[in-house]
Amino acid sequence: MALIKDTQLELHRMMMLIRLFEEALEEMFSRGLLHGTMHLSIGQEATAAGACLALDKKDLITSTHRGHGHCLGKGAEPYKMFAELLGREDGYCRGRGGSMHIADLSNGNLGANGIVAGSLTISVGAALSFQLQKKENIVLCFFGDGAVNEGSFHEALNLASLWNLPVLFLCENNQYGMSMASEKAVAGESIASRGKSYGIESIQIDGNDVEAVYESVSTCKDEILSNKRPKFIEAVTYRYRGHSKSDRNLYRTSEEINFWKDEKDPIKRYIGKLLEQGITEVDLKKIDEEVKQTIRTSVKKALDSSLSPITNLEEDSYA
Amino acid sequence: MPELTVGQAINNALSRILKEYPNSFIAGEDIGIYGGAFGVTEGLLKTFGEERIKDTPIAEDAIAGLAVGAAMTDSKPIVEMQFSDFIVNAMDPIVNQAAKLHFMYGGAVNVPIVVRGASGAGTGAAAQHSQSLESWFCHVPGLKVVTPSNPQNAYDLLLHSFVDPNPVIFMEHKLIYKIKDNVVLNDIPSSSELLGKANIESKGNDITIVSYSNMVNVVKDAISSDELSGISIELIDLQTLSPMDMETVITSVSKTKKLLVCQEAPANSSVGSTVISNVVQSSTFSSLSSAPKLISGLHSPMPSAKHLETTVIPQKEDIVKVIKDMV
Ligand SMILES: Cc1ncc(C[n+]2csc(CCOP(=O)(O)OP(=O)(O)O)c2C)c(N)n1
Ligand SMILES: [Mg+2]
Repeated sequence: MALIKDTQLELHRMMMLIRLFEEALEEMFSRGLLHGTMHLSIGQEATAAGACLALDKKDLITSTHRGHGHCLGKGAEPYKMFAELLGREDGYCRGRGGSMHIADLSNGNLGANGIVAGSLTISVGAALSFQLQKKENIVLCFFGDGAVNEGSFHEALNLASLWNLPVLFLCENNQYGMSMASEKAVAGESIASRGKSYGIESIQIDGNDVEAVYESVSTCKDEILSNKRPKFIEAVTYRYRGHSKSDRNLYRTSEEINFWKDEKDPIKRYIGKLLEQGITEVDLKKIDEEVKQTIRTSVKKALDSSLSPITNLEEDSYA
Repeated sequence: MPELTVGQAINNALSRILKEYPNSFIAGEDIGIYGGAFGVTEGLLKTFGEERIKDTPIAEDAIAGLAVGAAMTDSKPIVEMQFSDFIVNAMDPIVNQAAKLHFMYGGAVNVPIVVRGASGAGTGAAAQHSQSLESWFCHVPGLKVVTPSNPQNAYDLLLHSFVDPNPVIFMEHKLIYKIKDNVVLNDIPSSSELLGKANIESKGNDITIVSYSNMVNVVKDAISSDELSGISIELIDLQTLSPMDMETVITSVSKTKKLLVCQEAPANSSVGSTVISNVVQSSTFSSLSSAPKLISGLHSPMPSAKHLETTVIPQKEDIVKVIKDMV
């Protein structure tokens, strides 16, 4: 299936937006503007962009601690995300959630989660709502390779399969859970095989091939809705930066990191493919400039916006 | 006498235990080559090898559960919850198993485990990585709860927790890890006599302040301020929250007639409210010259933004103000 040019450009644009958003965060962090830590998905943009753009607005996602890309992919405004990280009133969570906890219900993002595997069973509940309410939408649950060793991962898959829930489990296998290589942490054949063991059709894909991700998620969504069964995708990818800001990368080699950067970078690869298919440098440059401009103006606006008020913190702990 | 940070002091204690107790091991997430999220286990993998420094998958339920099973069968596990918030994933092995097995099985087994974890706020880690959940564990009969505040007591309390025959929850506030001081590297004791003993940090006659964990350091900072010069303050670091050394607290309050408790955790059903409840129920209550007071964190999840976070956690200035009001 060949994608139309508009979709292709949109995939490229989204990957650029995610990358430049996070590079801007890195820069702000080094200037001491951000409190706390953050988990960057630089190198993994194809999974977030490809998966989210294959959904529509009413499909839901649940996200992880490494969730900036998911959030942007689902249509969040960079301004409100920067504002969130800067503790501003206009931030998605009024500066109370920060990098690890952005939720954007208006675009179908049920929220990033600081607890590894914390959203697996939540996604099952949301999918149960869709089933009970007879809605023709799916829940896409993002989680990392580290999450598949938590008990709640297994409880979630079992229930989703037993109850035929409309959920797409999408494991972003970036090959490490913090310092732990997934090879050393995951028993059995593969992560995808864990889906199969619960009777869920499961595939492994190249998570750095944005079109492969887009097409797999589109197909899975159609099948989930027509066959009334959950699905499982393991997308293999790689994180370039440390796990969080304090990581010294002692558990992997710089050769390995450079190999992925040089040979497998999702954005570089896609640019190569698009140029081969007749999209011009001019087309791409125009997009890149627009994205840069968006990031620049969003950062400035966020820095100029007002801090979140310190009042009502106790009152607001309850609905 | 080496000068060590709290992180290094704990590392020294762990190292000593591993050296002297061949049946000990440690387990947790990223405690091997990474050296632990806060660097506490740095170098241990190199010295003691993979067999005893068990880097686990992300599976807190299993980490705590395996500690219970190992301890019941003559091993001596010390396990790490990377952030103590994740201990909620391990509540069954800790609360329903470790805490109860000795009693429930009529004394047939002991479960001598230490569960360490980084607690507390102040680093912008937000609601799911900043909690002070210590009082949850104080509520459970069978568990001991320990909260160091400086390099020396971190070192000593960990050794005493290790030799205690009961499960011990050992909460290390993130902001104490970098505190540095000279540490006497005491030997591993034969019994855990330090557990259940408060430490009188400074002697005084005008008011008793009871605190624990990092808040002890905040209080110390507060009472050294010029605004309070001339006020004689007795500061008690509880060190162990369960069992709690009420004797030391009541003796002090009988002398000063005033009680202030400072904690980072919210007030509801907390350590501080227990301290006050015990004083109110004691015979010294009638001699108090003013109502006891508790300074605590707000009843709110921890926000991420710095200015919101400092609003939720008691600050030095808040403490100074209350002391001035009370004395
Ligand atoms: C329940 C729980 N345990 C441990 C952690 C600490 N932690 C945060 S992310 C992480 C690694 C997660 O790995 P993975 O799921 O592969 O996601 P990645 O970071 O690679 O995106 C760990 C250990 C946590 N946040 N929650
Ligand atoms: Mg991973």
